[in-house]
This record gives sequence, C-alpha cells and structure tokens, in this order.
Amino acid sequence: MDFLMGMCCKDFVVVCADTNAQMSQILTIKHDEDKIVPIDSHKVMALAGQPGDRSQFSEFIIANVRLYALRNSRRLSTHAVANFTRNELATSLRKKPYNANMLIAGYDESCGPSLYWMDYLATLHKTNVAGMGYGSYFALSLFDRYAKVDMEEKEAVALMARGVQEVISRITVAPSDYVIKVVDKNGTRTVETISPGHVAK
Amino acid sequence: MKLAKPLHGTTTLAFIFKKGIIVAADSRATMGSYISSQTVHKILEINNRLLATIAGAACDCQYWGRYLGMQCRLYELDNGKRITVRAASKILSDVCFQYKGMGLSMGMMLAGWDEETGPALYYMDTDAQRSSGKVFSCGSGSLYAYSVLDDGYKWDLEVDEALELARRSIYQATYRDAASGGTVSAYLITPDGWKKMLGSDVGDLHYEYNPTQADLPLE
Repeated sequence: MDFLMGMCCKDFVVVCADTNAQMSQILTIKHDEDKIVPIDSHKVMALAGQPGDRSQFSEFIIANVRLYALRNSRRLSTHAVANFTRNELATSLRKKPYNANMLIAGYDESCGPSLYWMDYLATLHKTNVAGMGYGSYFALSLFDRYAKVDMEEKEAVALMARGVQEVISRITVAPSDYVIKVVDKNGTRTVETISPGHVAK
Repeated sequence: MKLAKPLHGTTTLAFIFKKGIIVAADSRATMGSYISSQTVHKILEINNRLLATIAGAACDCQYWGRYLGMQCRLYELDNGKRITVRAASKILSDVCFQYKGMGLSMGMMLAGWDEETGPALYYMDTDAQRSSGKVFSCGSGSLYAYSVLDDGYKWDLEVDEALELARRSIYQATYRDAASGGTVSAYLITPDGWKKMLGSDVGDLHYEYNPTQADLPLE
C-alpha cells in the first residue's frame, strides 16, 4: 500500500514516500523505485496510485512544465504547477481518468516553500501537513502533535522518520523501504533512506 | 479486488550479474487445466542484442512481441543505431497504457546490452507498469522462482553458477506450479549479444536433483 507524507515548514518542505514497486497485492518486485520525481530543480511530485497511471501522468505533467519554461524563459511557480496539474487531472477525470494521488512540493523565490495535496479526483489543497495512504493516518496525528512551523531541517526529518517507524510498526502490510527528500532554497536532495528489513546483495 | 494477476501458466526470470544477464523460462502452455504445449518458446529473440520474455495471454504476447520487433528494426533504419532497452520497453509500455483496461494480458521482461550504458533489464505489464531493475521474475510461478533466486543471487556469480541458479529457480517453480513445466531454457547476454546456453527437460532435472528416494523433497 503506497505511503506518501509531506511537511511544510518555514524554510523548507520535507517529503517522504515508500520505494516499493508491487506487481500484485502479494509481490514486491522492486525496493528502490523513486516515487518522488523532480519537476524542476526546486519542485518535486510524489505519486501514489496505479503504477501505469502514476508514471504516465507524471511524465506528461513534467514534460509540459519544462516545455513552458523553455518557451517562455521563465519557470512556473509551485502554485501554478499545482493548478495546472489539477486542471489536467480534472479534464481527464470524465474521459479517461488517471488513478494517481500526489503531493506537490516546491520552493519559490517569491513565497518560499509550499506543499499541495491532490487526490485522483483532482481535489487540490494547499496544506502544511499532508499524507496519502493508510500509513498517513498514523503519521498525520504524530505531526499534528509535534510539528512546528519553525522547526530546523534536522528536527523535521527526524520527525518524518519517526512517522515512518510508526507506520512500519502499526500497519500490517507496511512497505519495507522509504526515502525522505527535502526541498529548500538550494534545491532538492535526498536526506535519508529507510530500509530496515531488506537484505541488499 | 484481484489478489494476483492471472498470468496464465508461466515462469520466467531474468537477472543482471557481473558477467552479463541471464534470461530463463519454462516452456509450458495451458488452456485452463489442459496442457496445450510443452515446447513453447517464451524467450523472444527481438534482435541479436535484445531478448524479451513473455507471460500472460499467448496471443497478446505474440502479436505485441512482433510489433515490438518491428518498431525496434524501424528505429535502427531511421537512426542508424540500435535502440536502447529503455526506449524499447517504453514503446511497449505506452502500448499497454493506451489499451489499459481493454483486456490485454501480458507480463514481459526486456533484457539487452546497450552500446553506451551496458546491461539493462526492464519489467513491464499490461497495467502499464514499467520498472528497471537487476532481478525480476514473472508469471504464475514467479513467486516460487523468486525465493530460490533471491536466496542464491549474488552480483559476482560466475557464468556457470548463474546458469545453474536460473535452472534451479525455474525447476523449483515448475515443481510447485502446475501451470509451469516442459523444459528450462536459458540465455546469456554479454556485450557480444545473446547466446542460448541450455535447454533441459524438467522431468530429467527432477531425477538429476533428486537421484535417490532420500533426496526427494518433503511431502
């Protein structure tokens, strides 16, 4: 079951996703599938849902956002990307729906970090704490309890890792591997990978 | 909710290791509970660098396997160089996405040696899922094959060890999975292209692995 989590603080956004690729309900075929894909240097999109829809939709959005930047010599803001993505998803909803839920996180010169939550029905919300999947029920309340807007990056990443630990210990069918990424004024980077049970060869 | 995809009786596997890529499969075809053939080639030779394994509905795999071969050849004629595994897998994955929900049934792996980037292995299916990786298995017997394969897999296997691992994995899958059987075929892919390495009857293998009564698996 896919797990996505995002937390927006004063100077950065932390995004977490599991990295398991499943072939069916009972078979994991990959432990390092990156579900947090870069849109540009300061924006990422974390996706959950059906694997085919997930990759086709994200590739389509990313290609168009990059095309816009090339044509107009200026980048779309995170707000603009979120609304463009919503529009595309909402347009296809009544034709050929994409089963993809996502978080969009970015950092803009003008307004700092931001985080958007969107489900497959194209409901868009701008929030500071957002999650997808069963795991998010556990992590959300933990963040509501402990998250502060002015947290240091270190604290935020540690809190995210605590959320992941809770998911691992409480969900019966929890994913085994996770990645945590941070988006801030310096761009996007992976800060932690969590794979407790997996024996790498 | 479907728990497992109905990939009709097949076990295929492929893995990348130090010396190249091993691709292996069984050879049984079934129509329901009837075994319709014991001599099916489930490893398609797309061109002299690319191999595809097929699982699922034979008709879709045959048709789209041919289509993929055609597109790869057209790419060569257009661009004067061989297509990458990544690009070839994307062609098929895009077809799968286009026809999603319309009843196609395929689970394929594409393996080859790219000119610039070396060995590559992709898994794709009719849900339009597409992943690159080092170890994959596909088909109804894949769960059985995975355990044996994961247990014996190491990056620095020798060629003969790797072939034996593939052979044993497929054999164990045919032992448990009624819909897999026939013969184990295995190919090795190196920078020079693919080469067929072995074809052994799983019935013979059973006695090779279990020469005496005491060697037989627990019932």
